[in-house]
Amino acid sequence: MTALVRSNPKGHWALWVLVVILGTVSLGVVALNRGESINAAWLVVAAVCTYLIAYRFYALFIAEKVLRVDPARPTPAQRHNDGLDYVPTNKYVLFGHHFAAIAGAGPLVGPVLAAQMGYLPGTLWILAGVVFAGAVQDMIVLFMSTRRDGRSLGDMIRAEMGPVAGGIALVGVLLIMIILLAVLALVVVKALVGSPWGTFAVVATIPIAMLMGIYTRFIRVGRIMEMSIIGFVLLMTALLFGRTVSETPSLAVLFDWKGETLALAIIGYGFVASVLPVWLLLAPRDYLSTFLKIGTICLLAIGIIVVQPELKMPAVTKFVDGTGPVWAGSLFPFLFITIACGAVSGFHSLISSGTTPKMIENEDQIRLIGYGGMLMESFVAIMALIAATVIEPGVYFAMNSPAGVIGTTVDKASQVISAWGFLVTPEMLSQMASDVGEHTILSRAGGAPTLAVGMAHILSGLIGGKAMMGLWYHFAILFEALFILTTVDAGTRVARFMIQDLIGSVIPPFKNTESWVNNLIGSALSVTCWGYFLYQGVVDPLGGINTLWPLFGISNQMLAGIALILCTTVLFKMKHERYAWVTLLPTTWLLACTLTAGMQKIFHPSPRIGFLAHAQVFGDALAQGKVLAPAKNLEEMSRIVFNDYINTALSAAFVGVVLAMLVFGIVSIRKALATSRVTTAEVGGSVGSARAAHA
Amino acid sequence: MPEPGTSTLGLAGWAVRTARLMVGVPDYDTYVEHRKVTHPGEPVMTYAEFFRERQDARYAFGKGGRFRCC
Repeated sequence: MTALVRSNPKGHWALWVLVVILGTVSLGVVALNRGESINAAWLVVAAVCTYLIAYRFYALFIAEKVLRVDPARPTPAQRHNDGLDYVPTNKYVLFGHHFAAIAGAGPLVGPVLAAQMGYLPGTLWILAGVVFAGAVQDMIVLFMSTRRDGRSLGDMIRAEMGPVAGGIALVGVLLIMIILLAVLALVVVKALVGSPWGTFAVVATIPIAMLMGIYTRFIRVGRIMEMSIIGFVLLMTALLFGRTVSETPSLAVLFDWKGETLALAIIGYGFVASVLPVWLLLAPRDYLSTFLKIGTICLLAIGIIVVQPELKMPAVTKFVDGTGPVWAGSLFPFLFITIACGAVSGFHSLISSGTTPKMIENEDQIRLIGYGGMLMESFVAIMALIAATVIEPGVYFAMNSPAGVIGTTVDKASQVISAWGFLVTPEMLSQMASDVGEHTILSRAGGAPTLAVGMAHILSGLIGGKAMMGLWYHFAILFEALFILTTVDAGTRVARFMIQDLIGSVIPPFKNTESWVNNLIGSALSVTCWGYFLYQGVVDPLGGINTLWPLFGISNQMLAGIALILCTTVLFKMKHERYAWVTLLPTTWLLACTLTAGMQKIFHPSPRIGFLAHAQVFGDALAQGKVLAPAKNLEEMSRIVFNDYINTALSAAFVGVVLAMLVFGIVSIRKALATSRVTTAEVGGSVGSARAAHA
Repeated sequence: MPEPGTSTLGLAGWAVRTARLMVGVPDYDTYVEHRKVTHPGEPVMTYAEFFRERQDARYAFGKGGRFRCC
């Protein structure tokens, strides 16, 4: 595009005027349409035009004016080139690497849950969020890390804001990791409950991955492509055979698991998988899930563009008032934490300060990789939103509302949902279940099954028609479960190292990560932490997602807030404060969202939202010896109250971490303002400073 | 020996390179070239050693290994 720009400036401006007009018209159609269903193509065009304009103008402004990237400045890849970690890499190859690292389950789940308010609020937040917050964060963190030898976020916070701030940020990262693992595992449980087909296919991934692990480690060393093709064929065979399993009663019973069983199985799996050698299970499955993920995203994009489905969900539903069944809370602040990944994801700050900055060839590529990579992720979120809104709204609410609200039979569910104004018949609900090869689709919260139905709806229009819906549905479930379980395995290890690091600062011998005893204790602690929240979510009659997803959203946006506070601080220290509004704007918004949401989760008077209010209701009943549904006895009553206090403490920790980082940020900025010098700790700018960094 | 496609950089070659780097394995030819130029005479890992080293490094979470996103 830049080549086009330079060779023909007049044609270039005409082209951009066209993009602006097209984008405005599409966005107008998306935003102003009422009553009639619109084609998904409008949403796609509106999004793509927004991305093009943002990338061409805003991202360029950030690169040239705010950060003043210097194409002549040697990058860490050039200065430390070792052929391994630090390798100057072609920008498109690196873009692929970076995108594969940031794209995960998050952008697929959040938008699906947010669809209860209609497609419009989610769309607007995804677009505005990515342009002004998410992509800005990713790009600036990548820039900062590139100028600091590829240092991690934690290291940069320590260097720029002090060791205490660094320590607090580390605790914040550990908390988000625990909640992330619990909520992702819960998504898998919700998708596999009572589904022999899905459960069989997912269980089969374990031996397949082990086989592939042995293959690449010993038989045909490092033949990743061969391994992936064989693995893919085996996975598809397992997927096809899954149908036979579900249709053969004697086999089906073996894989027809309850939620509690699945939760314990995943917890046990997480423990075992995280102590096995990485090459045996984690690495091969990581390879398979990465390629499957990229392939499926491309397939979904092609499907949406070719099939051009109609959006059946209204633009805005009555649930913007906060009474929705999928998650509780009003549009502000809860929409903005429900959709984290895809709009702004704090987790990306860990990736942007990871392997990517060590491979950048030239600083002028930071815009493409940092900003452009996040735009791509945002497009994945838009596709997930489309997939969730092309299915009948009545079916959507049947799948995402907890059993405590819509009951457990199709008759009851259709009554309740039709009364909300989303007409749906019991036949439609049983028909959808049989189309996708399941016994029931009721209360399959967590996003994955809804996305799978939406994807099956779109992809069966592309290949195979209705007869293939069951296969597409389970393919989608398998693809999500595969990379979520990879995340569970890897995340358990990461959390283990963090726990060892934290406890090790009090009991030094525990820091030794080579020790088998430490390894086992650390892994056990790690799975216990997230397993606790997972199990709590599974037995929760409101579906668990109701409680856990907001906590995850708050923690992820909290991390984004921390990263953006660091970005702002560094801009002040660089003496680029004239442009600090670029990060101050999203920082302020994210802090407002996380702090409001955090406080409401604790203190909101409605027991649907506030943990303390909920604890009060159950505590009072308990004191009078009464048992309230969903609890079945007094013991369960006291467990509910206890969980409420745990969740309260967690929310308070998030709020505390955010406030502490805010104070550290303000102190550092005031210091930076008080001096006329540049005070930031960059390396590699001149020969002198590069030497100093190595000394 | 590298997998086919990585040394001939047609479109397929770039695609293979991208796919391999997505799972944390950088280009082996580049590594060999780098060793020859900057460390002449010093040992160069075979492809099998190179692959294992990269695989272990990607998942060495305690020592700079990198976790993917949510």
